[in-house]
Amino acid sequence: MHNLYAIYRKEMRNYFVSPIAYVFIGIFLFLSAFFFNFFLSAVMQQSMQMEMQSMQFGAPAQFNVPGEVMRAFFGLISTLILFFTPILTMGVFAEERKRGTMELLMTSPISELEIVLGKFFASLSLFAIMLLPTASYLAYMFLHSDPAPPWRMLLAGYAGILLLGGSLLSLGTFISSLTENQLIAAVLTFAAFLLAWVLDIGTNASGGFGATLQYLSVIRHYDDFAKGIVDTSALVYYFSFIVLFIFLTVRSIDSMRWRRA
Amino acid sequence: MIEVQDLTKTYGDVTAVDHVSFTANKGEILGFLGPNGAGKTTTMRILTGYMPATSGTAKIAGFDVFGDSLDVRRHIGYLPESPPLYPDMTVEDYLDFVARIKNVPSEKRADHVTDAIRKTSLEDRRTQLIKRLSRGYRQRVGIAQALVHDPDVIILDEPTVGLDPKQIIEVRHLIKGLAGNHTIILSTHILPEVSMTCDRVVIINKGKIAAVDTPQNLTSQLKGGQKIRVEVNAPEDALRQALTQIPGASRVDVEQIPAGGNLIATVETTQGSDIRSEIAAKIVQNGWPLLELRGVSLSLEDIFLQLTTDDSTHAEAIPV
Repeated sequence: MHNLYAIYRKEMRNYFVSPIAYVFIGIFLFLSAFFFNFFLSAVMQQSMQMEMQSMQFGAPAQFNVPGEVMRAFFGLISTLILFFTPILTMGVFAEERKRGTMELLMTSPISELEIVLGKFFASLSLFAIMLLPTASYLAYMFLHSDPAPPWRMLLAGYAGILLLGGSLLSLGTFISSLTENQLIAAVLTFAAFLLAWVLDIGTNASGGFGATLQYLSVIRHYDDFAKGIVDTSALVYYFSFIVLFIFLTVRSIDSMRWRRA
Repeated sequence: MIEVQDLTKTYGDVTAVDHVSFTANKGEILGFLGPNGAGKTTTMRILTGYMPATSGTAKIAGFDVFGDSLDVRRHIGYLPESPPLYPDMTVEDYLDFVARIKNVPSEKRADHVTDAIRKTSLEDRRTQLIKRLSRGYRQRVGIAQALVHDPDVIILDEPTVGLDPKQIIEVRHLIKGLAGNHTIILSTHILPEVSMTCDRVVIINKGKIAAVDTPQNLTSQLKGGQKIRVEVNAPEDALRQALTQIPGASRVDVEQIPAGGNLIATVETTQGSDIRSEIAAKIVQNGWPLLELRGVSLSLEDIFLQLTTDDSTHAEAIPV
């Protein structure tokens, strides 16, 4: 365990000594804040319109402003991570190999699993840190809503984001272990994410095969979380995804020993 | 402490390490000498568990390097060809990190790090970022990380490369000081280093072992007393025959000077005999013009070149 922590600690420190992490987080927060603002005003406008309509026609409108905003916001975040996570993971292994420090790690009494998990948890932590300020926007909205929506919805939404992010990070980490070139890793990861995404849209429930593909899509399981619903089958899906790619990364590292030096 | 038996490593058609066997005893400093591409680094990488051998066995402290890899790694410190450094860490953070992954207990870590820094004279660079260090200092950090956990076995791949002469002397002192408590394998191209620091030497060429012995034995074995160089204008076979006939001549090599039509004969003598006058007499007796005669001595460099060059006519003797 202490090995895992040592790797985790080193990764976290390396993230925050270079300006890249700060720029990254800054841009992400700027974009998320901008869109939050946009969604909030758009939804509120719509709700006011509907209220006026209902006054005209008599039927009271049920319009869940916080819910709608939250849903749109989480939808946006999921698109943002599509672009941001490949950059987060591209250097994870590629850089170690380039600098020759993989040789240090692989000749030390530390297992491949400890290396991979240490790095994975570090990237997940950075991801969580990046998301944290966005919670303040939503919390603020929740506090000023009347009636206040259940906080569980907020938690469910973030749980979904973390699981989706974790999955994409595990996939990105795996791809990073396949190459020494960071740029290739980033591009391949982005393409892989896109593929995982598009599995949902491309197939239109054409029989059993289509339905299976849709199930495998990484974004499909996310929708429920965005609505504030935690579905156990989605939890299983994401955990399996993460475990699979962690396992593949460990194998990939091990195979480095067998490749020509 | 280290036992290597029939170790072989092939990459497709290329055999990098070819049935190599040697041992290193506890507390000994073993030198690995060989030209580039001889298989030194590959052998070290197999010993440290970085890559597996194709066949053969290697054991460190009784543990098999492949089967008990984690146990082996707990007992070794390793400096690869290029030091494995993280540019954005400070020297002490880096050494602390290495101490952690080498399983140094937390209460002892700070002391071990300070010790390693002291031994490699890095005190005034302790809090500096590694990317700001010069090559020589980086090399020292590389050595420090191999020592920080006080391992039983230390494997150093070209530890003095990039260092200035003063630093090289310091590193040699350091390595000599470590012997006894630690078993050390180091590879190098610098021949005097081997004779100065190593207890025994393994000369390796094209994946095969050419010689294993103490530096002294190697030099005296082939030294045999003296080597004499003559420049003569004579027919090759006749000259060779004449010189071989002289009692005390153990070996005769004859080669043509590219420029003129003369021959250079190198005669090695058995221990204790000085046959220079006999050689001179023989040549004059045959009526050949004797142009030059001098004695030369064999150094470790000659032996190295002899053992590692296919064409022994390229070996240039160093004049006495």
